[in-house]
Amino acid sequence: MGDAFVEFEDVHKAFGDKKVLDGITFEIRRGETMVVLGGSGSGKSVLIRHIIGLHRPDRGHVIVDGDDIVDYDEEELIPVRKKVAMLFQGGALFDSMNVLDNIAYGLREHTDMADEAIREVVRRKLALVGLEDVEELMPSELSGGMKKRVALARSIAMDPQCILYDEPTTGLDPVTATTINELIRNLQRGLQVTSVVVTHDIASAFFVGDRIAYLFEGHMHFVGTVEEARTAREPRLRHFLSGGREGSVATL
Amino acid sequence: MNGAINIALGHVGSISLLFSHTVKETVRKRPEWPVILDQMHHLGVRSVAIATVTALFTGMVLSLQTSYSLAAYGAKLFVGDIVALSLVRELGPVLTALMVGGRVGAGITAEIGSMKVTEQIDAIRAMAANPVRKLVVPKVLAIVIMLPILVVFADFVGIMGGLTMAVFTLNQPAAFYMQHVVQALSVQDVLSGVGKSIFFALFISLIACHSGLTAEGGADGVGRATTQTVVAASLAVLVSDFFLTKFFLAF
Repeated sequence: MGDAFVEFEDVHKAFGDKKVLDGITFEIRRGETMVVLGGSGSGKSVLIRHIIGLHRPDRGHVIVDGDDIVDYDEEELIPVRKKVAMLFQGGALFDSMNVLDNIAYGLREHTDMADEAIREVVRRKLALVGLEDVEELMPSELSGGMKKRVALARSIAMDPQCILYDEPTTGLDPVTATTINELIRNLQRGLQVTSVVVTHDIASAFFVGDRIAYLFEGHMHFVGTVEEARTAREPRLRHFLSGGREGSVATL
Repeated sequence: MNGAINIALGHVGSISLLFSHTVKETVRKRPEWPVILDQMHHLGVRSVAIATVTALFTGMVLSLQTSYSLAAYGAKLFVGDIVALSLVRELGPVLTALMVGGRVGAGITAEIGSMKVTEQIDAIRAMAANPVRKLVVPKVLAIVIMLPILVVFADFVGIMGGLTMAVFTLNQPAAFYMQHVVQALSVQDVLSGVGKSIFFALFISLIACHSGLTAEGGADGVGRATTQTVVAASLAVLVSDFFLTKFFLAF
């Protein structure tokens, strides 16, 4: 496919004796929202961390925007990481810095923008995630949902072409989760960014996703559109989507 | 046994790698001086109290012990020489490094370790910044600058501690004690003590940063890493002291 933004080609990754990814091949198209579904510990976070070189595959290729990044060192990964931002599961806000400094981190690191201009960008990004006047607060003063939003504002501060979301709704109450889901969708529609959402939250997956990939025991068992996922007969996917009431996880 | 040796050698290897990264990052881009100054205050200036108390009492005890043991040889007059030489060549650098190393090393590992387990280190990398340059370089530079200063300060405080004992319990005139101190000390003595402390500073800061960056698990992982830092940094100071002493004696 010519319009792939990220391509995985036969990616293998093991930690010690534990095989996490066992020959993953799939692609994420430019501008779409791809949801990677999978149970806890299925390796979905490990999978997306490969896209910005936080993990390196033992075998296989990861191609981001046309470049095979597998052998890139930290220096060569800089342009990739400027293009692709990541929202970490716990937010991973720097707890020694206030909200302003957190969001401004990338801008101060990579641009020569004046302080006033940076403040303006931070204000605008905060507005995009529905927050205002929180610049001076420390992360410890924020609620779980606010932390996620600030972290999201930090991810979009550098106007990335692609955002990776690691369990964006985990640990949030249903109402806050919905707000975050709507934010993800609005950002994707509004900013035309490619999005990769890793989650085990099925409602969230169907709400934000264009396509769904299902990861189980190191293999991709299903890749298709949301509609296809709803009607798919793949037994392991059925098993997961029905909360274990239908289908089977037996190895065929 | 083989396993333990392998693990130890593995640590030495990855700490050496961290050292080479640190040097590379220090040279490659201009260090962030505001951050370094902040760290110097945090790690250095705030360690003045602990260094002072350590040096003061060590100087006082040295003075008492030497006068007691030298009395048999009628050499009480040399208290100033012995206090000054043992402090400046040996006890000043080593004890300051042990005390400050414990305080500062544990703090660094706890800070970097908890950043590691909450994915903040990954977040730095994900934002195309370099954790070594952002976190390790300022701390290593701050300690390498501050520890020698603290050692010189501790030497002075220790000698003054010895002086009080010499004056109040041995009834030596202060000027007499100081005259012996000045006569006994050479520039080499001071340089070897300060020289050692630069190595100690490197060992402490690199071990502390390394344990933090490799911490895993949750709070207990950070706790283990912190303990490991204090033990490893203290041993590194004590063991390397022997070899550094031999090295500096060659000059």
